Amino acid sequence: MPAPIRLRELIRTIRTARTQAEEREMIQKECAAIRSSFREEDNTYRCRNVAKLLYMHMLGYPAHFGQLECLKLIASQKFTDKRIGYLGAMLLLDERQDVHLLMTNCIKNDLNHSTQYVQGLSLCTLGCMGSSEMCRDLAGEVEKLLKTSNSYLRKKAALCAVHVIRKVPELMEMFLPATKNLLSEKNHGVLHTSVVLLTEMCERSPDMLSHFRKLVPQLVRILKNLIMSGYSPEHDVSGISDPFLQVRILRLLRILGKGDDDSSEAMNDILAQVATNTETSKNVGNAILYETVLTIMDIKSESGLRVLAINILGRFLLNNDKNIRYVALTSLLKTVQTDHNAVQRHRSTIVDCLKDLDVSIKRRAMELSFALVNGNNIRGMMKELLYFLDSCDPDFKADCASGIFLAAEKYAPSKRWHIDTIMRVLTTAGSYVRDDSVPNLIQLITNSVEMHAYTVQRLYKALLDDISQQPLVQVASWCIGEYGDLLVSGQCEEEEPIQVSEDEVLDVLEGLLVSNLSTPVTRAYSLTAIMKLSTRFSSVNRIKKVVSIYGSSIDVELQQRAVEYNALFKKYDHMRPALLERMPIMEKTASNGPTDIVQTNGETDSTILDTKHLPNITQPASQANDLLDLLGGNDVVPVIQTTVPTKPASAGGELLDLLGDLSLTGGPTPTPAPSVPMSQPSFLLDGLTSQPLFNDIAAVIPPMTAYNKNGLKIEFTFERSNPNPNIAVITIHATNSSEADMTEFVFQAAVPKTFQLQLLSPSSNVVPALNQGSVTQVIRVLNPQKQQLRMRIKLTYTHKGSPVQDLAEVNNFPPQSWQ
Amino acid sequence: MMRFMLLFSRQGKLRLQKWYKATAERDKKKMVRELMQVVLARKPKMCSFLEWRDLKIVYKRYASLYFCCAVEEQDNELITLEVIHRFVELLDKYFGSVCELDIIFNFEKAYFILDEFLMGGEIQDTSKKSVLKAIEQADLLQEEDESPRSVLEEMGLA
Repeated sequence: MPAPIRLRELIRTIRTARTQAEEREMIQKECAAIRSSFREEDNTYRCRNVAKLLYMHMLGYPAHFGQLECLKLIASQKFTDKRIGYLGAMLLLDERQDVHLLMTNCIKNDLNHSTQYVQGLSLCTLGCMGSSEMCRDLAGEVEKLLKTSNSYLRKKAALCAVHVIRKVPELMEMFLPATKNLLSEKNHGVLHTSVVLLTEMCERSPDMLSHFRKLVPQLVRILKNLIMSGYSPEHDVSGISDPFLQVRILRLLRILGKGDDDSSEAMNDILAQVATNTETSKNVGNAILYETVLTIMDIKSESGLRVLAINILGRFLLNNDKNIRYVALTSLLKTVQTDHNAVQRHRSTIVDCLKDLDVSIKRRAMELSFALVNGNNIRGMMKELLYFLDSCDPDFKADCASGIFLAAEKYAPSKRWHIDTIMRVLTTAGSYVRDDSVPNLIQLITNSVEMHAYTVQRLYKALLDDISQQPLVQVASWCIGEYGDLLVSGQCEEEEPIQVSEDEVLDVLEGLLVSNLSTPVTRAYSLTAIMKLSTRFSSVNRIKKVVSIYGSSIDVELQQRAVEYNALFKKYDHMRPALLERMPIMEKTASNGPTDIVQTNGETDSTILDTKHLPNITQPASQANDLLDLLGGNDVVPVIQTTVPTKPASAGGELLDLLGDLSLTGGPTPTPAPSVPMSQPSFLLDGLTSQPLFNDIAAVIPPMTAYNKNGLKIEFTFERSNPNPNIAVITIHATNSSEADMTEFVFQAAVPKTFQLQLLSPSSNVVPALNQGSVTQVIRVLNPQKQQLRMRIKLTYTHKGSPVQDLAEVNNFPPQSWQ
Repeated sequence: MMRFMLLFSRQGKLRLQKWYKATAERDKKKMVRELMQVVLARKPKMCSFLEWRDLKIVYKRYASLYFCCAVEEQDNELITLEVIHRFVELLDKYFGSVCELDIIFNFEKAYFILDEFLMGGEIQDTSKKSVLKAIEQADLLQEEDESPRSVLEEMGLA
């Protein structure tokens, strides 16, 4: 059998192939030769054959039949064989193949080999692809090598230990003793790998973290030496001494200093030193500065240092090097929530980055811009963001549009501006706007009562221009359906009213129904809009015709609507005006309540009502249980004391966080019978901050005294909630005419089953003596069956050092509070 | 830690692949194909970093070869660029003005150098000299293997 061809020869041959087919042929031929050579158990050429196999594997051809051969090479005594064998094992084998376990014994032997380069090979292989079983078996050997004085082996053992810990975290303890003197090494290789090992251990175990905190002074010293020491040719990179080690130490310091005052203080000086002394002309220096900034921001650094860090990032933003700018934007995004004002100073630079050519930079700049928008800069920022929306890639448009809507909702300086901004977004990026924006926008428009005429006019004009952007078309047809009368009567105050006739409006809406560009959802919107116009326009016959045509539409949704509307015309014409009347103002969070569904005017469009993402508010059940014990009776439903939920702390300025801020005031979807204390109908959980609750009828209901004993007097004042007349809002005023304060004052109330009650947070829990002040608390009672209101109250407080508790029934509610 | 490193040409030919996290062969092929497409589509003026799946990709082009590393969220991209540069320097010193052909014809040596520089996705030694010396010594060992007779002769035993 002729000697198998050499590796280089094979490579040369394969490269001469002109087509894929030719190459495949050569490969197959050679593979066949290699296979027969393997079968002959030829020791001399095994190495060469495996090497060729590895080359072919890299080209993408299967090489699994070489796996066992790699193991044989590893077991060989020749260094050349081992080198290729281990390489083959790393390339061809992984923990999925059972065959890899056969390596374990070889590796064990080689870990104890007399030649350090063989030991190195086995450590390397174990450290790159050792499976959990292998790591378990060989951890002891690795630990031994970690304690050797041979720095060549020690550095490799350290990284091997890192891999073992990653694979089998339970073994971490085992390496602890060996870490004792690691940092006293002079060898940079050992130092570097030791720092990596310590980092891995600290990241995985809080106990290790506290244990290693004592190393902070030593780490600081090493870092200082690196900075202060003169030129060391062996470790120098562009004038900086061992930047790799510096970066790793900074990262370990970050982990050790996080949340710990003492450690953070210990590293303050060195961080300041690195931040100010590092040469910034080359990438290396900036890499170190970047790591330093990350560390400063994460630990408990003093404010001066933080400002220094942000300024470094600001300087990065102005750097010519794109990579540096990218990294700066990423870091600023992480810090914008905690150091908002400092980042604001760099706003104009950030906004300039929106115009950068690089996609990654643009995205970062956009996210950061949204995080920086506030009431003061909204107008300027929005101009830039709208310009960006015009010119950005389609991938960005959806996120940008959503962000603009959120920002506009939060900080709009005027309703007109808000509507204009929405219009601008819809017309420039209308097809990229997210589907859930449509109901949000509709709600917004409904609530801006004085802008209805203006809005519908602008939307109508936009429709005339372009009907391809579905979200725009949907919002526009909804508005025309609602406010078509304002459109036709030319009532617009904000701008020149346009002259448009009923027929023209109906032409447009019918056009939407037939157009190929309209999606089924859009068609549904326009059909409903046409129907609504039957009570607002006079050309009812035309509308009747359109509706009856669609009664036989192929689209089931459309057909159903048309049939229902037809029925409205034919049999229920007397109900039509009431059903199709103007939508009331929608409370932001009340849209899931049962009462609202009844109030909608024939609008079967469920998209408006279900798309709010409302967080669940957890209820403390303990107070409810107290009352259950206390009252014992079956006819009262315990009350859940609720507090207005606090804003969740957001870590980054991302769009999701902006969403989180807004949807706070919601509640969970309602359950029909609140027999379980945990459930709460959502309409009672309206955030008090967002909507005015009290209407003018409030003044009519007289106040009453609910309780008056032992110096404690509790008065109830009433208001009726707008828009829901079934809700009575009672404010209790507790005053104390005795000479001592009443502290730890808690007011609880329970109502009969047919009512539902919500207790909001009290103004305080100390009722000052001698009527010097009062505690107020708001109770909201839902009384759908309009029964006479009754209440049992329980008062607990501490007076003159002793606890006081009292119960009372309140029956003397004025009829106006519940009728 | 670095998850993997790829070296590929402008034509999309893979010259070196080192994986530091166990991945199925099928997935590896898919990821390589996808990533090569993404990186080769980048224009020259764009920055060296991009987000891909849940990883950060750091890449740099040296002559006809792309050096592409995938690092994790908490890793420092700028220092990764330096790691790539250090590897290129090592190759350069070893081969003497390295070019793509050197890596094609001596791919196993390129792997040896890489395995002496990085392990488990982390740097083993920050000294160029130290790494090159280790390779040199290992190469000597290999030569001794291949011509054992000359060693014996040297000792005067043959």
